[in-house]
Amino acid sequence: MEAGNLSKFLKNGAIWGFIVIELIFFSVAGEFMSLSDKAFMDVDNMLLLLKQSAPIGIIAMGMTIIMVNGNIDLSVGAIFALSAVILLDSLTWTVFAGLGDWVIPVSWALALLTGVGLGAINGFIVWKTGVDAFIVTLGSMLGFRGLVFMYNGETPTSSLNWTLVDFAEAQFLGLHTATWFLAIVTLVMWYLMTRTVHGRNAYAIGDNRDAAVNAGIKVGPHMLINFMIIGFLAALSAVVFYSESGSVNPNDGQLYELWVITAVVLGGTKLTGGAGSIVSTLGGVLAIQLLRKGLGHIGADTSTVNLVIGLILIAVLFLDRQLNTKGKEELKL
Amino acid sequence: MESMSKAGIGRFLARQGILIAFAVFIIGFTLANGRFLSPENVMGVVRSSAILGVMALGVTFVVISGNLDLSVGSMMSFSTIVVLDLHDKIGPVLAIPAMFVMTLCLGAFIGFLVGYLKLNSLIVTLGMLSAIHGLTLTYSGGQNMDIADKEGTWFSVFGQGSALGIPVPILIFLLLAALLGIVLAKTPFGRKVYAVGGNGTAATFSGIKRARIVFLCYVMSSFCVAVAGLIQASRSLGSQNTVGQGLELDVLAAVILGGASLLGGSGTIFKTVIGVLILGFIQNGLLLVGLQFYVQFVVTWAIIILAVWLDIAAKRGKLLSTIA
Repeated sequence: MEAGNLSKFLKNGAIWGFIVIELIFFSVAGEFMSLSDKAFMDVDNMLLLLKQSAPIGIIAMGMTIIMVNGNIDLSVGAIFALSAVILLDSLTWTVFAGLGDWVIPVSWALALLTGVGLGAINGFIVWKTGVDAFIVTLGSMLGFRGLVFMYNGETPTSSLNWTLVDFAEAQFLGLHTATWFLAIVTLVMWYLMTRTVHGRNAYAIGDNRDAAVNAGIKVGPHMLINFMIIGFLAALSAVVFYSESGSVNPNDGQLYELWVITAVVLGGTKLTGGAGSIVSTLGGVLAIQLLRKGLGHIGADTSTVNLVIGLILIAVLFLDRQLNTKGKEELKL
Repeated sequence: MESMSKAGIGRFLARQGILIAFAVFIIGFTLANGRFLSPENVMGVVRSSAILGVMALGVTFVVISGNLDLSVGSMMSFSTIVVLDLHDKIGPVLAIPAMFVMTLCLGAFIGFLVGYLKLNSLIVTLGMLSAIHGLTLTYSGGQNMDIADKEGTWFSVFGQGSALGIPVPILIFLLLAALLGIVLAKTPFGRKVYAVGGNGTAATFSGIKRARIVFLCYVMSSFCVAVAGLIQASRSLGSQNTVGQGLELDVLAAVILGGASLLGGSGTIFKTVIGVLILGFIQNGLLLVGLQFYVQFVVTWAIIILAVWLDIAAKRGKLLSTIA
């Protein structure tokens, strides 16, 4: 194998290799350090892992297209929270009292619309003002969170609808509802990015925006659509998660952007844009969730998880740069 | 004036837009509530902005050098917790330098990663935000940290004391601002910071050691964070592990409001101080006219975007972007 191919192989396969190493490590370490008798690679445990990957995973699929496009979205956590508030609150609105359980699809639609709307605000500002997406979404991370607090103060918004909970807790062919949503989103986004003109243009814009403009690609509308996609997915993630839990704190979703970006970067998507894949992002999502769960399994607490995730993110960045020549062109913010 | 064409006026308005808007805000708030410009209120605003301001001074260096620092909030939590913990263990005289050394080590680590290893500063500091938060929790075991003898310690002087009728936090903020302002504007080091941020390649070719400059900027930033942590700890004499959470955004907002470009190469300490005060006065004004505390998040959002928009609109000479 040539050196070039080897590094390419290492790059593309690295995340899956990392997952295998994690599985082996936590299985072995769990034998000695875990308080529970269950093996780490227990079927139920793995199914739960997939389910728990869903909230971050669904958003990460949107972040992949955003980052491939050459942008970033730091406001996903706030969009997640606001959509959740709309979902749970609208379930109890008196206007919908006559609908019975038909209120569920209405509330879902409202929550998803909220996400799309907030994403459109971000995208529109980025497009029309030309302000960097980093600053725009940094601002809206603050602004959208403010809207969440203005909605209900610091009290949690709660409402339990048992039909909804049953749906969210259901298992179809062994997989939980949330897992199915993650799978469908992954599939759709994979199709969008690899098989459609929009996906191809996203790569082109991220790789070289001037060239894309010269090729007649409408950069602005593409960016707007991508921000709407990630808004939709952040809302979908909230909808799936809160259908089950039924209560949202105004601070929920904080630091989600960190987890999501970590997953996407772990999956090998370039910050400079133009490179990245949905399948690798899925790998990144699973790797992170394995790490969280595995560290919990061997008795480490949240503080260790935070520490390890942060350091791994930096290590991956370092390794990626060593393996990748394009990484030498630093992102200039 | 002949030289002042119509476009020139537009550019002037856009350039000073944030100051003009600020003036309008001040007048509006003063009309709405007479207490807004009273000496007590002004002093209160500056005082409560001091911690944020001190951190913003350091981040200004980082931003001018063309990088970002999102880790200052969780680093501030770290230094606050550490100094409070050590206060009772080894006494304040040793606790303060020990905390400074630890915080500077964190800054040096980030500086090493971004400067010498040339890693992307956004991701590095995002990772460090999480890692330092974990470090703080590990250090404290998740417990709140409190000084046992709150009445009898002189440690409270940094946050609660006052000299010549001016609260100490304000004095520290202004002194540090003056000092760092001189460093940035008048020393070779300061000029190199601008050079590295303005055009890193050109700076390297003119013999400037880019890596070292970036490294020093992060050390500088962590020093400011340590000072902020000291003020915070001394003010409250007790703290949660999350005391600095989210501050990185306010800090960045203040620096951007001051007109420093995230592309690097522009910005001054003086402008950052203005940015800090604008943020402080607007948040205070919103509260004084009786709006909910959370409204300030939304207003800050609008202000940040407007400020940056006006800035780049002035540079490109058109209000709307040229993105197709």
